[in-house]
Amino acid sequence: MSVTTGIDGPPKVAFFNDPRVRSIGVQAILIAVIIFFGWQMVQNTLTNLERANIASGWGFLNTTAGFDLSFTLIPYSESSTYGRAITVGVLNTLLIAFCGIITATIIGFIVGVMRLSKNWLVAKVAEIYIEIARNVPLLVQMFIWYKVVLAALPSPREAWSIGGTVFLSNRGITIPKFIWGDGAWMIAVAVIAAIVGIVFLRNWAHKRQEATGEQFPVFLTSLGILFGLPLLTYFALGAPVEFEFAEQGNFNLRGGVGLVPEFAALYFALSVYTASFIAEIVRSGILAVNRGQTEASYALGLRPNPALRLVVIPQAMRVIIPPLASQYLNLTKNSSLAVAIGFPELVAAGGTVMNQSGQAVEIIVIWMAVYLTISLLTSAFMNWFNSRMKLVER
Amino acid sequence: MSDIHSQRDLAYVRTEEAPAMPAPLTVSGPIGWMRENLFPTPINALMSLIFGALLLYVIWITLEWSVFNAVWSGEDRSACIGDGAHGACWAMARAKFGQWMYGFYPFTERWRVDVVGIVGVLALVPMMMPSLPYKRLNGIFLLGIYPVLTLIMLTGGHFDIGLSTWLTVGAFVAAIVIPILLLGFVAKIIQPSHALIASAAIAGGVALLLIIMSIDFGLPYVETSKWGGLLLTLVVAVTGIVASLPIGVLLALGRRSSMPVVKLFSVAFIELWRGVPLITVLFMASVVLPLFLPPGTSFDKLLRALIGVALFSSAYMAEVVRGGLQAIPKGQTEAAQALGLTYWQNMGLITLPQALKLVIPGIVNSFIGLFKDTVLVGIIGLYDLLLIVQAANTDQKWVAPQTHSTGFFFAAAVFWIFCFGMSRYSMFMERQLDTGHKN
Repeated sequence: MSVTTGIDGPPKVAFFNDPRVRSIGVQAILIAVIIFFGWQMVQNTLTNLERANIASGWGFLNTTAGFDLSFTLIPYSESSTYGRAITVGVLNTLLIAFCGIITATIIGFIVGVMRLSKNWLVAKVAEIYIEIARNVPLLVQMFIWYKVVLAALPSPREAWSIGGTVFLSNRGITIPKFIWGDGAWMIAVAVIAAIVGIVFLRNWAHKRQEATGEQFPVFLTSLGILFGLPLLTYFALGAPVEFEFAEQGNFNLRGGVGLVPEFAALYFALSVYTASFIAEIVRSGILAVNRGQTEASYALGLRPNPALRLVVIPQAMRVIIPPLASQYLNLTKNSSLAVAIGFPELVAAGGTVMNQSGQAVEIIVIWMAVYLTISLLTSAFMNWFNSRMKLVER
Repeated sequence: MSDIHSQRDLAYVRTEEAPAMPAPLTVSGPIGWMRENLFPTPINALMSLIFGALLLYVIWITLEWSVFNAVWSGEDRSACIGDGAHGACWAMARAKFGQWMYGFYPFTERWRVDVVGIVGVLALVPMMMPSLPYKRLNGIFLLGIYPVLTLIMLTGGHFDIGLSTWLTVGAFVAAIVIPILLLGFVAKIIQPSHALIASAAIAGGVALLLIIMSIDFGLPYVETSKWGGLLLTLVVAVTGIVASLPIGVLLALGRRSSMPVVKLFSVAFIELWRGVPLITVLFMASVVLPLFLPPGTSFDKLLRALIGVALFSSAYMAEVVRGGLQAIPKGQTEAAQALGLTYWQNMGLITLPQALKLVIPGIVNSFIGLFKDTVLVGIIGLYDLLLIVQAANTDQKWVAPQTHSTGFFFAAAVFWIFCFGMSRYSMFMERQLDTGHKN
């Protein structure tokens, strides 16, 4: 102490008024309470399980399930194990989340831009859509799709079709089946090669623009490479992939890949519901970009299109991405509502296992572990993406 | 200059100002508005036509189904079957309306639900209008007296409070009261007289509550399994909303605490509930929660669902409140400390009032989310509005092609009215509270 204050050291206080003592005391009490209740819970659970004659542990995963699931991505039958049933559920959850996220993003961005349209009618239609879709519970929407809309579709015999490729009927959606022939793996290689090529092209074009100021149409060229190279490989190898289109029989559609109505209802409901939230996020993101930015880019001589693409959208994306990530997570979690209509995703499949085996604690642990993993992975990816997009400040 | 002046005398130069003409019809009035907002460019005109046609088509389909082709009266399904019945079967909705509102609540006792509803609306509306006085009294009524009133009216009161309940509650009260008395009389941290008053108030309040709950008002007992429909939906939503706010505030404060254990506990709690879907939480509350309790104790299915909903929504509320806390500059806390305020005084008087005001839209948004999420209690078998509508859809007496659509349309409309109303109220409050100096 170089300054003489007339007081020796800190003022004397009673020990229970010392912030450090208080802090340690509070934390000790909290730990004691948590340990006490945790111990109570474990003891009670063990006693209760013993009374109900349920052996805890993971052994049940190898038991034969004995029930069928209506939609599986991997081979599954009644004689498969509980563990496989849960794996089917996880894969179905991932599938519905993937499909839903893509559709919801597309619809959401279109509606969000429409909401900002100068055309009064277009903006109003978008607003009506948003206000209806986000103020009606998802489960109600799902039932409307399942019990009202899909049930009103024609029978498979009179199914609606898009050029004989995709069929829509009250038995769900039927899409063509891919039959992989010899050398089909070359196409996958071509896709990877195209992606690598695009990355190099982008870097080269960026460097050239920095050096000479000349622009290169990266987007169109990339699109060309991405679709051209695999197509070229496809024809060069003599069309190794065949499509099996569904045929309309008397009672059902033969061939093709059938997506059950439960999948269709869940997919439509999730997409429409989440899209209304994404639309609002997109709108607020675009509005968050200062009007001066657009004006400044016009003053620099940019035309409206490049101004939007190079100035407004990159800045809007910064505002859009964090809430968008949480919407993606919500969509994934909301896919669990499928349990109400019986689409076998994680919660529905796990619920069936739980009812049959009585292993409630283990199933709940599996559910929580899977969803928490998905959540944490998504947030980790989005944080990384966000830090790349972030404004670099001083 | 004189040249210009002399020009005034010329016949073709106006000597007085021309009267202002109204703007031409093409830029003002409905036509001008349409030219500007609907048909400014050919592409826009095309889009207007397409979307206008789409909108009219959807409106027409909806009206045709819900009004023109609808069946308004009838005794049973025969009214809604036949050539003319392509529209909504409102006859069914009319017959089932009581059930959709009250569930299986006994017919003769439904006035009790009505009383609770009317008192609730009468107390809530003045609370929601910023210009009306007595907010504090109203708040005490809504959060203190009204829940007890609701509990007694809906269940019938006359709870059998046995000796064991008295002892358990007494032990809890003692666990709170004894430290207060010790701090007052032995350690003298609190003034002894204050400690005495506080202890008496807590013990007396709890005793009074228990006595009121055990009084026989002559109301027949209605078990919670008979509650249903909109009543149950509102009970779950309101309980979740009321419980989530205080727990959420505590969790948010915990997450920003400097004590590592408290912080870790809050973060783990919040992230656990936010990371999993509500439906797994409800399954957990209905299946696993009984396992955690001592053998032999069992409690109400509705109460278990309420616990699940409250924990789940408080995690979301905590994140909303944390957003508000982060927006308050540190200077506010430092100023409060400089004035000698304790942590809780600072939070209660300085930081939280500002933070909560900032996040009112977020709070209302999470209320809307919670209200929509209440439909999930149907999955664990509680007859909320959606499940009871579905039950009506499978009633043999009313099976008809349009039963499903009528029921779901009704449920969707009810939920929409509540959620849309709340979102509009949130926008109204946002404008009311906007002090104009956000940054």
